[in-house]
Amino acid sequence: MDGIALLTITVLSVFVGFEVVSKVSSTLHTPLMSGANAIHGIILVGAIIVAGQAADGWTLALALLAVVLATANLVGGFVVTDRMLEMFRGRKKPPAASAVSGNGTGSAGSGTGAQGAGR
Amino acid sequence: MTLLSPTATALLYLTAAVCFILALKGLSSPKTARRGNLIGAAGAIVAVITVFLSMKLDNIPWILGAIAVGSAIAAPIARRVQMTQMPQLVALFNGVGGGAAALVALLELAHRDDPWVRLAIVFTLLVGAISFSGSLVTFAKLQELMTTRPVVFPGLPVIMGASLLAAVATSAAVIVTGAGWLAVLLLVFGLLTGVLLVLPVGGADVPIVISLLNAFTGLAVAASGIVLGNVLLVVAGTLVGASGTILTRAMASAMGRSVTGILFGAFKGGSTAGSTVASDRPVRSSTAEDVAVLLRYAQKVVIVPGYGLAVAQGQHTVAELQTELESRGIEVVFAIHPVAGRMPGHMNVLLAEANVPYESLKEMSEVNPEFKTADVALVVGANDVVNPAAKTTPGSPIYGMPILEVEEAPQVVFLKRSMRPGFAGIENELLFEPQTTLLFGDAKESLGKVLTAVKAL
Repeated sequence: MDGIALLTITVLSVFVGFEVVSKVSSTLHTPLMSGANAIHGIILVGAIIVAGQAADGWTLALALLAVVLATANLVGGFVVTDRMLEMFRGRKKPPAASAVSGNGTGSAGSGTGAQGAGR
Repeated sequence: MTLLSPTATALLYLTAAVCFILALKGLSSPKTARRGNLIGAAGAIVAVITVFLSMKLDNIPWILGAIAVGSAIAAPIARRVQMTQMPQLVALFNGVGGGAAALVALLELAHRDDPWVRLAIVFTLLVGAISFSGSLVTFAKLQELMTTRPVVFPGLPVIMGASLLAAVATSAAVIVTGAGWLAVLLLVFGLLTGVLLVLPVGGADVPIVISLLNAFTGLAVAASGIVLGNVLLVVAGTLVGASGTILTRAMASAMGRSVTGILFGAFKGGSTAGSTVASDRPVRSSTAEDVAVLLRYAQKVVIVPGYGLAVAQGQHTVAELQTELESRGIEVVFAIHPVAGRMPGHMNVLLAEANVPYESLKEMSEVNPEFKTADVALVVGANDVVNPAAKTTPGSPIYGMPILEVEEAPQVVFLKRSMRPGFAGIENELLFEPQTTLLFGDAKESLGKVLTAVKAL
């Protein structure tokens, strides 16, 4: 693609980027940051291209390292954002039995499991 | 494989780009946030499948293996991470993304001799490297692997300037010669600059720096898209760069800071370097029973949650305390500071998890006039966000930050682990005021004791 077309796309993307997040409440700052973080993990596409065209062992090794890092960014980013947003679920539920048996116990359970496995 | 025609490829990349825009849009509103994130993930899957189907690639088994390894490492960590550790995990993921962009640029250098493309390569290298090492330092700070206080030493601005100059000079040399060893040298200067950029930032400001580095990685990815001639990378990277910049400014203004002040504030005479030494000035400490009596005979209680509540995982206990007090006709509201905890929105997420009704959570501007009419302000594990020094002490590192005006309440109860100062490392005068009572201990345990005592009354 020629330079001017790329430049046009870039400039328009800047404005779209400014516009889509212009009105965001502070509550969502962290999930939004995390979601944007996941999106730039799409560098994985670039890493795949470089790895797929690698001619020698060294290039391939470094490119595969890039693939691993980019995948971690992409997959981890979306998963951790989803976990953050999971917490917002169920806020509108009545705080009676349904809440305790549903969301509350589930997340508390996974939290404990994490502690056990993580340490 | 080249199953897809160039047109089909372009259309699929366009689909992925639209998904990313919708993802950011969705994430800006609580109702659509989760769906927005899933749309983004779907866009990413479309893009990755498209790249495999649209060009002739060698080493496909290796690449699939590397993707499997990356997923196997990242997904479980992201699944299991504790609420309190999410900000540093985001920092880590951001850093590795920047590192990946830098590697891609480094490997492409050998195949490109157009000076404009080489300019994009050095930009990706430098910014990706800064983002990588800077993010690792923020990770270390938040994980408390190193001090959370600003690290400044004499000559830091000079070294910082020299490192940047060296990076710019090396960039020029790489553009002219295209030499691989110079590119590696540039990578080293970039890594050094990233470390030096983040070291002087104080712990409380780290989330804002993560957001800034996130925008940096976005720009590096956009530049790598120019290198590879891939429109999707250009669009996605630019979107993140632009929205990340806006977000960084919004986060900074929620804390009453400027981005340049955060990055370079510590250079100006070290005023942001606080202390972590526990004070030995006399305070009025109390028992859970006394606190219970204060709460039980109040008409209105404002609870101010902070990081201590998150660390102790005391959200369910505090929710129970609220229910118990309300069942006795006492009005209970939560005062939410936008940056209480370690990340903006931390407290909202935490209390939502414990099913605290949304109506009970009040934002700063809404709740501040209510402290005067409340009987008791119960501060659970918060410190800097209620520190009056932000209003009264111009030299203080948190001066100018909007705070919750807890000092207006006739009775203030602090649940604290110890007399150690908060994350910003400064003493809170409010602790020594006559209307203040302290109850020492782990937030969850203290809340549990208070709850039992309230029930017994």
